[in-house]
Amino acid sequence: MNDMPRAETTVAPPMGLLAELTHRCPLQCPYCSNPVELERRSDELDTAGWQRVLREAAALGVLQVHLSGGEPAARPDLVDLVETCAREGLYSNLITAGVSITSERLAALEAAGLDHVQLSFQGADDVVTEHVSGMRGAFDKKCAFAGEVRARGLPLTLNVVLHRANIHQIDDFIELALRLGAERLELAHAQYYGWALRNRGALMPKRAEVMTALRTVEAAQRRLKGRLAIDSVVPDYYAHFPKPCMNGWGQQTINVTPSGLGLPCHAAQTIPGLEFWNVREHGLADIWYHSPAFNAFRGTDFLPETCQSCDRLDIDHGGCRCQALMMTGDARQMDPVCQHSPWHEEIQTLTLEESGRDEPFAYRRFAKHTRPA
Amino acid sequence: MSKTLDDNAVVRLPRGVRMREDAARGGWVLLAPERIFQLDAIAHAIMTHVDGERSVSQIVDGLVVDYDAERDRIRHDVLALFHALIDRGVLEVIS
Repeated sequence: MNDMPRAETTVAPPMGLLAELTHRCPLQCPYCSNPVELERRSDELDTAGWQRVLREAAALGVLQVHLSGGEPAARPDLVDLVETCAREGLYSNLITAGVSITSERLAALEAAGLDHVQLSFQGADDVVTEHVSGMRGAFDKKCAFAGEVRARGLPLTLNVVLHRANIHQIDDFIELALRLGAERLELAHAQYYGWALRNRGALMPKRAEVMTALRTVEAAQRRLKGRLAIDSVVPDYYAHFPKPCMNGWGQQTINVTPSGLGLPCHAAQTIPGLEFWNVREHGLADIWYHSPAFNAFRGTDFLPETCQSCDRLDIDHGGCRCQALMMTGDARQMDPVCQHSPWHEEIQTLTLEESGRDEPFAYRRFAKHTRPA
Repeated sequence: MSKTLDDNAVVRLPRGVRMREDAARGGWVLLAPERIFQLDAIAHAIMTHVDGERSVSQIVDGLVVDYDAERDRIRHDVLALFHALIDRGVLEVIS
């Protein structure tokens, strides 16, 4: 081919596909990574549409598929989609709240070739779980589901988003993971995008709580080595350096939303002016290599001079574009979390203020339909 | 659970870990919960002998024949790889 576009020769194919099958969910967690404007059932891709996405993902070079949502089990065709993953050689990871999957359905998922289950916990007990998820009885359902996953021998990871309302429960989450027989526990401090950004004043923990939490996790990682793997995602507002967000924009992962939009990350739609392509009109490879949104922030050339001369450029790629935009008004700026950022002081002040607020949760819900009068 | 890795040990990939070719990037990978391990040519050659039945020393014997190399050197590589994978939870000793 003579006309090989530049991107195709320099950009590696993605390793992972985050398939957000639906935004419907029985839980209402106030830190949900879905956008505040949730996509509706009527806009979701159909079964054949998702199967095509999965086949194209495999052809493109994707190795792992994260079946997520919302609650992916809200899709009646979940078993079919897992089966397609298996047929295409894709490693399937089910990311679920674990409150709605019956034993029969879990058996069918296993038979279809499901590789791994990631189960969310909002609290380490009934009270905190109900408070955070907005669902009565969720804790017992999750525990029962975990038991069934382990009884089948499927590998299990527990995932916990940490924030002010549960950060005191770290030891309890570790205990819970051991009791339920999970192999891995992911303790991830809330990342402030989407619903979490809206709820920042209700979620942001205090510095002392964060430091205690980090020490507790480190001690447990040493103590439980070989028994339970604990992955820790640090709270970046309290950090000196930014996270290597998505391991670089358009480098490893592609998200597809329920309606079929291809995104470089969960929060990319918060950046104004980006043009996203839909799998209904474009192939997945075309979206990865050629869509304006994916090419907008590839590489590091667009970053300011401070980043260009920084020895961490190849480590964190200047951090998160969405966070840069949010704080500085310019998505090309360095992540304001970085101590070299002119906005670093500002984010510190904001963190201190937010952690001192006492706001109620704005639970994740679909907006009411507005009808013309 | 944690049986020791020695010459008589038998290892296998635990449930939830799969080895496959990565045609798009070239080479082979281990797919595991939330992680992907890219195997170099030596690691892949060793892993092709892991079947949950052969012992470490049988695997070493097989590789000595395949590669016509010094046994001690191969044994060292095999044990180093298995230790590293066991530490990361993507290989288990079953007996």
